[in-house]
Amino acid sequence: MFLNNLLLAASDPVVDWELFQSSLWPMILNGIQYTIPLTLISFVCGLVIALLTALARLSASKILAGIARVYVSAIRGTPLLVQLFIIFYGLPDLGIVLDPFPSAAIAFSLNVGAYASEIIRASVLSVPKGQWEAGYAIGMTHRQALMRIVLPQAARVSIPPLSNTFISLVKDTSLASLILVTELFRKAQEIAARTYDFMQLYITAAILYWVICFILSLIQGRVEKRLDRYVAK
Amino acid sequence: MLVSVKNLHKSFGDLHVLQGIDLDIEKGSVVAVIGPSGSGKTTFLRCLNALEMPNKGTIQFANDQAMNFDKSPTKKEILQFRRKSGMVFQSYNLFPHKTALENVMEGPVVVQKKNKTQVRSLAESLLQKVGLSEKMHLYPHQLSGGQQQRVGIARALAIEPELMLFDEPTSALDPEIVGEVLRVIRDLAAEGWTMAIVTHELKFAEEVADHVVFIDGGVIVEQGPPSAILKNPKEPRTKQFLNRLLNPV
Ligand SMILES: Nc1ncnc2c1ncn2[C@@H]1O[C@H](COP(=O)(O)OP(=O)(O)OP(=O)(O)O)[C@@H](O)[C@H]1O
Ligand SMILES: [Mg+2]
Repeated sequence: MFLNNLLLAASDPVVDWELFQSSLWPMILNGIQYTIPLTLISFVCGLVIALLTALARLSASKILAGIARVYVSAIRGTPLLVQLFIIFYGLPDLGIVLDPFPSAAIAFSLNVGAYASEIIRASVLSVPKGQWEAGYAIGMTHRQALMRIVLPQAARVSIPPLSNTFISLVKDTSLASLILVTELFRKAQEIAARTYDFMQLYITAAILYWVICFILSLIQGRVEKRLDRYVAK
Repeated sequence: MLVSVKNLHKSFGDLHVLQGIDLDIEKGSVVAVIGPSGSGKTTFLRCLNALEMPNKGTIQFANDQAMNFDKSPTKKEILQFRRKSGMVFQSYNLFPHKTALENVMEGPVVVQKKNKTQVRSLAESLLQKVGLSEKMHLYPHQLSGGQQQRVGIARALAIEPELMLFDEPTSALDPEIVGEVLRVIRDLAAEGWTMAIVTHELKFAEEVADHVVFIDGGVIVEQGPPSAILKNPKEPRTKQFLNRLLNPV
């Protein structure tokens, strides 16, 4: 019996090309339909949250800074998967029922918001004090110095770490499969459940994520090179 | 009289850096501020631009209400007060993400909300004045220290301040390019700008200053025309300081 199984496995082709062809396209399609939009929406919303959170933490208001600090601590101190479950499976207990996709988008936005706010805060703090003062000295208000002088310089500093956050987010969206978002990885699971070709399908999914992240890191390299042109060494 | 400073005090925690400064600056005059390291020269200059908030005392610009630092001024008062003077920093502090021209245009465009085309020609003429017409479109890191400092001067001039403040404008520069910055300041003096300059260049102070102020230990020890202070100081502390500067061991 054991021997029989072994023989069967050995005679199996390592890669089932027919399955590969028939599964690749649906996975790419779901990637385009769900993985990529989920990543983009969450990242953009997350950046907005992050900027506001960073400014709150840097502000003179103790209350704003305190709220921001608790938010960042709570998100960073809890697993992303738990956050996803609270929003999708937990909120209905309070009468708030959200579809899988918006649930995921909210959870990822909040998550990116917390992590990216730390990056933005550190970047703002890395701009030398003399830059604020040079702004004040030509008559700028605090807001003008922030918007025109400090944030543009902070943005340059924060782009490399923020690109890393973005690439992590692409991979993290696979967790949305657990709250029924039919993104790339969920599609792989569905097909695998039918065909029992777990290894091949999950490897295919892995390669797809890898390709996306590889392309993103190429873009990241180019952007950083461009920014370097204006930065003194 | 353009500016009148009375009984100005500034402390950092327990450190009482300015211990009652009284100084009048005549319109169109050049005041050179000299004194040993740590005596409070920079702090005094920064107080004149409200980059440092004095704890006590008043500063009054002609035809204007005095800024009284005994009670904390409002943000609006600080802003208005600060816009009367322009500051040139020891370490230039140019905006690295903006070209020389953009650095100079920033104040008039963003703060004074002036028409951009007009500001552009103003900025171009200021950069020409400081001898940088050719470098207008370069970023700060593409400029030498002397060139950066001249952009810094043009940037401060662009907001048309009543008083120009210079904090050791040449002390970060190599000796051979100090001259190009001093030349610009000399031209400004000839044009009648009112200026307060913290400097260690005694020869330069003697030549351009109308009034020399010697600060030590947070007070003005002695002040007067350069011939009196630099050539015939009365106070022993001034003599000692000048001696040490002229005959470094
Ligand atoms: N932000 C600050 N916090 C605490 N102490 C300060 C601060 N700025 C200046 N000081 C202190 O105040 C004193 C006067 O400093 P200041 O920079 O005004 O001296 P200075 O006369 O300009 O000296 P130098 O010739 O070295 O530039 C020094 O003891 C300095 O350490
Ligand atoms: Mg100083």
